[in-house]
Amino acid sequence: MCLAVPGRVLDIEDRDGTRMATVDFGGVVKEVCLEYLPDLRVGEYAIVHVGFALQRLDEESARQTLELFAELGMLQEEFGDAWEMAAAEAGVDPVEEVRK
Amino acid sequence: MKYIDEFQDPELARRLLDDIHATVTRPWALMEVCGGQTHSIIRHGIDQLLPKEVELIHGPGCPVCVTPLEVIDKALEIASRPEVIFCSFGDMLRVPGTGRDLFQVRGEGGDVRVVYSPLDALRIAQQNPDREVVFFGIGFETTAPPNAMTVHQARKLGIPNFSMLVSHVRVPPAIEAIMSSPSCRVQGFLAAGHVCSVMGVEEYPELAERFRVPIVVTGFEPLDILEGVRRAVRQLERGEHTVDNAYARAVRPEGNPAARAMLEDVFEATDRAWRGIGVIPDSGWRLSSKYRDHDAEHRFPVGGIRTAEPAECRSGEVLQGLLKPHECEAFGTLCTPRTPLGATMVSSEGACAAYYLYRRLDMPTTTAREASPVV
Ligand code: SF4
Repeated sequence: MCLAVPGRVLDIEDRDGTRMATVDFGGVVKEVCLEYLPDLRVGEYAIVHVGFALQRLDEESARQTLELFAELGMLQEEFGDAWEMAAAEAGVDPVEEVRK
Repeated sequence: MKYIDEFQDPELARRLLDDIHATVTRPWALMEVCGGQTHSIIRHGIDQLLPKEVELIHGPGCPVCVTPLEVIDKALEIASRPEVIFCSFGDMLRVPGTGRDLFQVRGEGGDVRVVYSPLDALRIAQQNPDREVVFFGIGFETTAPPNAMTVHQARKLGIPNFSMLVSHVRVPPAIEAIMSSPSCRVQGFLAAGHVCSVMGVEEYPELAERFRVPIVVTGFEPLDILEGVRRAVRQLERGEHTVDNAYARAVRPEGNPAARAMLEDVFEATDRAWRGIGVIPDSGWRLSSKYRDHDAEHRFPVGGIRTAEPAECRSGEVLQGLLKPHECEAFGTLCTPRTPLGATMVSSEGACAAYYLYRRLDMPTTTAREASPVV
């Protein structure tokens, strides 16, 4: 949870007075708030943490970091189904658990 | 060098390692502050590639691990209330409180929801005006700005049914507490890169000077970590102790000023207990009085909850670098990710989980050390 993941800005819009973007994290797309990096542009990369862009990053570094996090299983932890993972860890049938 | 071919750039890794080997003349102990760095180190066997003189000690930088049992119990209490929708990041679900965790609370009928961002919790509050929506706000300086912005928005948009259970912690007071402990062996720090992306490096020179300890801001990739170690060891061999930024591509000296301004507005410093470690003065943030209406501790009667830590879990020593996870008696037997005794086994960034995951049971045991508490 503490790890911030680099992502690429796909588009930007103003929503209820808040600057928001859709951001691609190596295939997973999420809504991200740009209030802390208001001059970030479409196509640029930023370090994103829990839905907020926190610092700009160059493309090369962003790609390398994304690869590393994918390899460490950290993207799965960040974006995967938390209930399913918790159920698996607890030894509960994940399918049963997800149906709840 | 069994792992080196897995590095992004094995040639550069080899050059960095050669340089470290050539520089080191005596033993040094470095602490990597961040749990993400710990995972990268264990996964890539970096600790085994380094000269035997360089020891990496795992630091307290995992927010899930350091959240005190008492706060987990408060969360469980609030989440059990029928009027509440309790929102949390996924990695808090299985952190053991007294007798149960959030995952079980949901099994018992509590409305616990996992969100990706605190703003998602705010949206849930807007959509459910007849329910109380509480967000579990934990984490270091990286997570605090998103949570601060969310409380700020709740106030600005006038969303009365949104509150936050806040238990934020800050890195510099932890470094201070670790260095002040009589049993401290740390001689240099690899500071957590993403914390510095927000806060910059301005808090560190005073610490580096006072404790005569090099602090190198370091990223998460194996090459970043090798470079951080190389710079720290260079300083130590030369008798220097300065703050050095080895992660400049993501860390500016001033950090993110907009985020820092929001932190100033929404939070105020407070003493915080760290799980397994104890209270560290000024080491945390709570909501400032201006935002009291959105403070879950004011809204729900949880102020009386006081919980002692279980004795068998030694995560406090693990978090202070006094004990390696596999040296804990419960490691891999009584304590596994399925039956965790401590948060360091649950969290994806916890040191015990890193050792368990990458099966480092065969490692030599360091000589037992007398542990004395940090504070
Ligand atoms: S192995 Fe388990 S019991 Fe031992 S310190 Fe780690 S979390 Fe605590």
